[in-house]
Amino acid sequence: MEIGLGHYLAVAAVLFTIGVFGIFVNRKNVIILLMSVELILLSVNVNLVAFSAFLGDLAGQVFALFVLTVAAAEAAVGLAILVVYFRNRGDISVEGVNLMKG
Amino acid sequence: MTADMLSQDLSLLIPELLLAGGAMALLMLGVFMKGEGANKLVQWLAVVLLAGAGLASLFLVTGEGQAFDGGFIFDGLARFSKVAIGVVAAIALLLAMPYLKAEKLGKIEYSVLMTLAVTGMFMMVSANDLISMYMGIELQSLSLYVLAAFNRDSLRASEAGLKYFVLGALSSGLLLYGSSLVYGFAGATGFNEIAIAVQSGPSVGLTFGLVFVICGLAFKVSAAPFHMWTPDVYEGAPTPVTAFFATAPKMAAIVLLARVLIEPFGGMVEQWRDVIWIVAVLSMGIGAFGALTQTNIKRLMAYSSISNMGYALVAIASASQTGLWALLVYMILYMIGVIGSFGAILSMRTREGMVEQISDLAGIAQRNPGLGWSITALMFSIGGLPFMVGFFGKFFVVFAAVQEGMLILAVLAVLFSVVGAAYYLRVVKTVWFDEGEVEFVPAAVSVYWVTRLAGLATVLLLPVIGWLVFRAYSVGLATL
Repeated sequence: MEIGLGHYLAVAAVLFTIGVFGIFVNRKNVIILLMSVELILLSVNVNLVAFSAFLGDLAGQVFALFVLTVAAAEAAVGLAILVVYFRNRGDISVEGVNLMKG
Repeated sequence: MTADMLSQDLSLLIPELLLAGGAMALLMLGVFMKGEGANKLVQWLAVVLLAGAGLASLFLVTGEGQAFDGGFIFDGLARFSKVAIGVVAAIALLLAMPYLKAEKLGKIEYSVLMTLAVTGMFMMVSANDLISMYMGIELQSLSLYVLAAFNRDSLRASEAGLKYFVLGALSSGLLLYGSSLVYGFAGATGFNEIAIAVQSGPSVGLTFGLVFVICGLAFKVSAAPFHMWTPDVYEGAPTPVTAFFATAPKMAAIVLLARVLIEPFGGMVEQWRDVIWIVAVLSMGIGAFGALTQTNIKRLMAYSSISNMGYALVAIASASQTGLWALLVYMILYMIGVIGSFGAILSMRTREGMVEQISDLAGIAQRNPGLGWSITALMFSIGGLPFMVGFFGKFFVVFAAVQEGMLILAVLAVLFSVVGAAYYLRVVKTVWFDEGEVEFVPAAVSVYWVTRLAGLATVLLLPVIGWLVFRAYSVGLATL
């Protein structure tokens, strides 16, 4: 069977859905949220590279490189905020993030 | 690309170059300069830099057009937004200075992060390519996440930062997924090429991608149903950071949304108008009803900003020249009202520290008439009570909607504005008629003047509005 654009898009869509569900369903750990965010960004990269190869256009791959760079920066900022939060709270469960409501 | 073309391209980028270079220079200055004076110097230089970059886009950039192969655009919309963003960011930093000093948060990073965030916003309003749009949004968002958690010894601030980060990252992911679909089905990342692809017939893939892009941007403007983070982040973040969040990033994101919808996706207006219609109505409704039960004034301002973004979306939904023009007028009047209100909130400092309950304002008009009058004028203006300037902002938005035949949306906008008036009036009632003895310490000079001048502006700008009404009238006649 030939592996075509549709297959790549399906994989990316599945990864994206897992990532989004990881953010909303996960009740345990904020680290898992960060991993889900990473998963979303990587699913987008699969999309971009697949389209780029399919269209024969380099812009998609350039975009993917930018996304990788930003994902690294985002992980760094996210972990830094998480460390600050942990120092104040002493715990990183998602259920504990509920000081402000309404 | 010849050197001549490069310098022509760079001449359109002067404000961004100033900001990016300036941010790095300020960081170096802060790192290598020792002593108490360093922070103060960096803050003042940053104020000059922010306002200067805004004015540079007014005076120094003479040409208009696209640069870097269509990746960057400088037009009237970008010019207008950059001036507004630069100036309002400078005011937000002025408001922050006394607060940071009193709360012992005076670190140079605050000014540097604000400058970087504004660089991102400038990129957003000038983006003409999916890649430059994404880079602008991320530069802005990453700086804002850190600013939200700037008071790192406070549990509330770090929780606000964490929530903002997780939901902001999710929204960037949605936006990016949408961008990848748009790229795949349009075959290019540039807005010009996407516009051509959209003209030649919208496909399912493009519609799908566009919906994701709208969701991502709706998060950034805190429009319902993507508003969940707003009240928590506004409450938890340090007050001057909240003042900044409520103004400049909103302007940048709403202008970006308008550009994306009207320029590349202008040919799909029938598809996206319904989405924006629903988002606008939900925002106005949730903003108006959610605010009714709030006791914390920062949360109240959060719901107020949600409902105000709903009105801005009404202007976008009309998708006409008048609508775009109404959007810009509305955003300017909204930012004047909000920055003044946050000046008033920053004046709420007792001997023990900052207070932020609405009940702490009880009877303040008797003890501090200047503050009482300013709050009254600002609340009337944001609430859109006639005949403050904010009323005309809402009026133009509804006018644009009616002109495009969206009568139901216009009626809903007016109804929600009546509901919204209730909570603005509640604040005014607390200020004038309730009994209270909370005594505020005298406000810092910058906070004092921003509050008073913004309060005055809600009345003194009326002649300008009169001229605008006249223009709107002639525009209306021309299109009839």
